Amino acid sequence: MADTVLAERRARADERPRAPRRARRRPEWVGYLPYLLPGAVAFGVVIGYPLLTNVYFSLFKWRGGMAPLRWYGLGNYVDLLGDDKFWTSFGNSLAMIVAMVLVPTLLGLVLAAVLFDYLGRRFGPRVASVLRATYYLPQILPVAVAGVLWNWILNSQTGALNVILRGLGVQTPPNWLGDPDTALPSVMLVLIWVQMGYPVVIFMAALQRVDPELYEAAELDGAGWWDRFRAITVPQIRPETFVVTLTCTVAALKVFGPIYVLTRGGPESSTLVPSYYSYLSFFDKSQVGYGSAIATVLTLVIVVVALVILGLQNRAERREREGV
Amino acid sequence: MTVAADLRSTGIDSRYRRGAARWLVLAAAVLVGLAVLAPFGIMLLNAFKSPQDYAANGPLSLPSALYLDGVVGFWERTDFPVKLWNSVFISALVAVGGALLSLLNAYAIGIGRIKGRLWIVALFLLANMLPQEALIYPLFTMAQAVGLSNSQWSVIIIFTVIQSAFGTYLLSSVLGTFPPALLEAAALDGASRWRILWQVVFPIVRPTLSVLMIFFFIWTWNEFFIPLVMLTSNDTQTIPIALASLQGDRMMDAPTINAGSLVSLVPAVLFFLIFQRTLTRGVTAGAVK
Repeated sequence: MADTVLAERRARADERPRAPRRARRRPEWVGYLPYLLPGAVAFGVVIGYPLLTNVYFSLFKWRGGMAPLRWYGLGNYVDLLGDDKFWTSFGNSLAMIVAMVLVPTLLGLVLAAVLFDYLGRRFGPRVASVLRATYYLPQILPVAVAGVLWNWILNSQTGALNVILRGLGVQTPPNWLGDPDTALPSVMLVLIWVQMGYPVVIFMAALQRVDPELYEAAELDGAGWWDRFRAITVPQIRPETFVVTLTCTVAALKVFGPIYVLTRGGPESSTLVPSYYSYLSFFDKSQVGYGSAIATVLTLVIVVVALVILGLQNRAERREREGV
Repeated sequence: MTVAADLRSTGIDSRYRRGAARWLVLAAAVLVGLAVLAPFGIMLLNAFKSPQDYAANGPLSLPSALYLDGVVGFWERTDFPVKLWNSVFISALVAVGGALLSLLNAYAIGIGRIKGRLWIVALFLLANMLPQEALIYPLFTMAQAVGLSNSQWSVIIIFTVIQSAFGTYLLSSVLGTFPPALLEAAALDGASRWRILWQVVFPIVRPTLSVLMIFFFIWTWNEFFIPLVMLTSNDTQTIPIALASLQGDRMMDAPTINAGSLVSLVPAVLFFLIFQRTLTRGVTAGAVK
């Protein structure tokens, strides 16, 4: 997407009449370099250097602090391959993608289309926008607050859910976050609750720019809601679907806060995710090299996944332009 | 005529005012909304209910008497005003600093059209996607080395840069479409690049900048991982960290947890309500880019 924007911009730049030629032959843009300097320095110090240092640390065995660094080569990475917890954590990343990307995007598509193309037209835009705001509400509270609240609701002894269940006559309600079988689904449910409003808001904004006449023409041709959804809504908001998929997938791979406040990766690593595993290695187990290796692998996975999604998006856009 | 205009102004087409199916769909959409609201409702019901009341009547009853010990207990135990100030201080400085850094970067990229800008934008985009775990340990040791361990300034500096990665990306494409005529007119008047930035570009992109600042403020406010690692003492921590660190405390009963959650989310909700309009516009802008 950035490609096309920049290509357009370049084309526009060529059309623009040139400023009066200077005596010096230095190109115009060089004069703007100083404005990039603070940003370049800041990024070098806060992102570039730490990122490389992290990769460097991953080649050592190091207990952190003043302890000596002992060269270990690619040993940490080899150890990772044989580490069940490492594989569990990335397996759980797939569950996070289901809970933070797949389900919210599908739900968001349907909800946005229902609000925009059905309820909005039958009950007025106010009804649609109140519902939209309701769905969005979990998005504005700090994720740690959401986690603490849900942690209490799902608490096996004093939590609201189990107190209600016991009141309904359930003798031994599940220990939602404390049982390895239910912990992951419970976390996923909380994440769906947190995440769902984001695609709804983005998709509804996207639908604003779809020509209403498209819908009206389709309706005159006798197309039902589902036909319109498939033939108009979904293709028209494809760019936004890609943006949502990309940002949510990256967020799902990085997820940390909810895991920290809900389960701390437990019980029995059933909700362990890569980011929490590296945090544990850094600050709990004092295996800095190992934690750095996990973080490095996670970085690579994120970059590759992001590139794949961007590639798919580019291909879809090209196909659309070619009218296939 | 007036009726038709009325209907159009509310956006309801008279053709659709028929049938029972629409009520079913509305009921389903409202049900989803209620499911989303349920945890908030439970929180409100139990934030002002005494532990005895909770044990006797469960989470769904109205409190039999207004019980404020939960709020007071949370307020005092976390020293809430300090945490609130810390959160405001950090988020506000990041919002201003991040927007400023984004503007400078985007001025060079979008208006200066410096060479290799496509790659520079790609780098910024990439920086925005990096997991913070891949930066945290070096940042942690660097902060110690320069005497910024457990300092809010380390968090402010880090987030200013991280947030401005997104800001640079967004603002560069906004400035890429900046009307060239304005720039040329200013250049003909002999204005320097610095003056063009502040007297021509800045006033025009101010709405975008304010959206960015709201984003940066909320994102930084909600951040968890880096503040958790970098801010280790009670007097430096932010609200989310304070709330999370009370977890597992044996003194945390139902009213304290609920009151704590409530008190912690009030500033975020207030801020959201105040800036809602600007924000919805911003979400839209972010989506189309």
